[in-house]
Amino acid sequence: MSTPPAMLHPELLADDNPHGIFRDGRRLDHAEGASKPLRSRPEPQPRGAKVHGNRPIDQEEAAARFIAAPEHEKMHDERLWDLRQKRDREMHGIAEWEELRSLASAIKEHTLTHLDQYLEQFEDNARSHGVRVHWARDAAEHNQIVHGILSDHSAKSLIKSKSMLTEECGFRHYMASVGIEVIETDLGERIQQLDNEDPSHVVVPAVHKLRTDVAEVFAKTIGTDPANSDVHYLAEAQREATRPLILAADAGMTGCNFAVAETGTFVVCTNEGNADLSANVPKLHIASIGIEKIIPRLEHLAVFIRLLSRSALGSPVTQYTSHFRGPREGGEMHVVLVDNGRSERLGLEEFWTSLKCIRCGACMNTCPVYRRSGGLSYGATYSGPIGLIIDPTFNQRKYSNLPFASTLNGSCTNVCPVKINIHEQIYAWRRVLVERHETPLAKRAAMKAAGELLSRPAAYRVAIAAADVALAHLPRFVIYNGLNAWGRHREVPHPPKQTFHSWYQANRGGKP
Amino acid sequence: MNSRDEILASIRANLPRVDRPLPAVPLFEDSPPTSLLSAFKDSLHQMGGVFLDPPAGNPLAPVREKIADAKIICSTVPEIAGNRDIASVKEPQDLADVDFAIVRASFAVAETGSVLLSDADLSVNAVAYLAQHLIVLLDPADIVLNLHHAYRRPEFHDRHYASFHTGPSATADIEGVLIHGAQGVRSLSVLPIARAAGSPAP
Repeated sequence: MSTPPAMLHPELLADDNPHGIFRDGRRLDHAEGASKPLRSRPEPQPRGAKVHGNRPIDQEEAAARFIAAPEHEKMHDERLWDLRQKRDREMHGIAEWEELRSLASAIKEHTLTHLDQYLEQFEDNARSHGVRVHWARDAAEHNQIVHGILSDHSAKSLIKSKSMLTEECGFRHYMASVGIEVIETDLGERIQQLDNEDPSHVVVPAVHKLRTDVAEVFAKTIGTDPANSDVHYLAEAQREATRPLILAADAGMTGCNFAVAETGTFVVCTNEGNADLSANVPKLHIASIGIEKIIPRLEHLAVFIRLLSRSALGSPVTQYTSHFRGPREGGEMHVVLVDNGRSERLGLEEFWTSLKCIRCGACMNTCPVYRRSGGLSYGATYSGPIGLIIDPTFNQRKYSNLPFASTLNGSCTNVCPVKINIHEQIYAWRRVLVERHETPLAKRAAMKAAGELLSRPAAYRVAIAAADVALAHLPRFVIYNGLNAWGRHREVPHPPKQTFHSWYQANRGGKP
Repeated sequence: MNSRDEILASIRANLPRVDRPLPAVPLFEDSPPTSLLSAFKDSLHQMGGVFLDPPAGNPLAPVREKIADAKIICSTVPEIAGNRDIASVKEPQDLADVDFAIVRASFAVAETGSVLLSDADLSVNAVAYLAQHLIVLLDPADIVLNLHHAYRRPEFHDRHYASFHTGPSATADIEGVLIHGAQGVRSLSVLPIARAAGSPAP
């Protein structure tokens, strides 16, 4: 596998410029491609959070180890910020961007408040085209249903595309325990599977790894040259290693980005075409669908397809947007509709709108905490800002620290294509977790003081003015001490000379 | 109670008691480009696809040039003959050695540079993914403005499988380095050419 097999079109090889593909004189940066060359030097990969059963994840500890690996931190930060900037470029290219966001939010809120009706409609329509529909209350039932379908077909190997829902269900671990081989077909997800590590990002699962980390994993698992970390070589080696497994697989599995009630169609978006291989090569196709993926009609799908890839990667659309409405001739198609805590979340007055999430990852790409600490530091299926507000619904104790891994700057809320008030929900979770005594004492005391202060606007103003004065005059050791985790690796911004309120009072106070 | 009824009951018990009407979605067609075909070409190129300019008098020449050295060609269109008959293919796996697949798109979208390939266009769906390269014929009359127009098309109501292809299979999962040919086709080329007389319009 030292050289790629002969290709019919030499122009596809990045011959004179190995750092990019150019067309019409422009560097291509579609899909998750970077808009400029990024460079890294080899460095041992920092690993994710230490998980001890049900004990609270120490995100700060894992983040500190990520930050202590400067090559990883730099690549991660630059790469995700580049995706964020590409996203802004795409946003500015569409006059109706804000209208699309409002529509997307309204469509999702309408659907979620009528979820039972739309699920039944989806089920009826899918069934009428020969799709077999299953329902799973939780992760365990999902895994058992899929296992049952595979057993009925004596299937021993399964090729699948990336699905956060199956991550949530611990699907690969379960399948390993019952002797079924699962082969991830997305490059990033395959890297993570071969390294026995969870995905660190909902869209780019191996974004925390350097090319040299991948070379090390592939050398151990698919027999590449450990000294060769050329990205083209690594990707080609994976393609060649996975292709025979795709051709030999007994069954295929995909997730689902959107499920359309009106037609009983489910839609899968990928850049690699791996979902289409998983669905179209084996006779049996199983799709796992979270119940919140439903939208009413095809006209609504247009809104979400226009937003998804632009928000996620700054690419106008994914390379493949595939619509599955029924099995192909001689084939069999199953969908598993999974609740796993979603219906309960619907009843949480402050948090139900987190179900609007379309898993684009824009909030992760923009988050300063996420970009500098890596997705695996959260020790949970969902990381970054969206993870902070979803993870506690799965386990309040284990994920009790996560809502504190935020600066509450609100950037996540600003980029969210379905307008989830993410930073407000992060703050609300802090309050809930403190009330339920799920948080450590130091955080509880700070939150209690902040809560009292925030409930009295006049006292808040005095305190803010005092804090700014204090920041300007306190010796460094008071600000940069062990209690202020976010001061540890950065300079606290210079405090303003005047608060906005005092400026307003002085300049506009008294005017109508 | 079975799982289905339990989930639906749990949803009903937890439904937020707020009024959220379903909005109407506009077609966003106020400022269309002067030429849908050139808008499509620009979008396609941005997404890594190749637009083949047909020379006058010999529109298929760019396709013939591309496939000249190929061993296995699988064509589902009357305009170009291949040497792997799709009708005789029993299993998708039989297409693993195809160098070029040549198909016709149901329609295309100018906004994104996408072509829609459905089960009716492909005969065997996997051909569009297992082939090393894909060539798509597109009738310029079959280009719609944007995705809002696209989703009004009948294909989404009457086909079991339909996929927007926008450029080739791609990945940049390692350090953002763009690779064409992740798991699917290494290149996607689109040739604008009207449907042959007598071919079924979509």
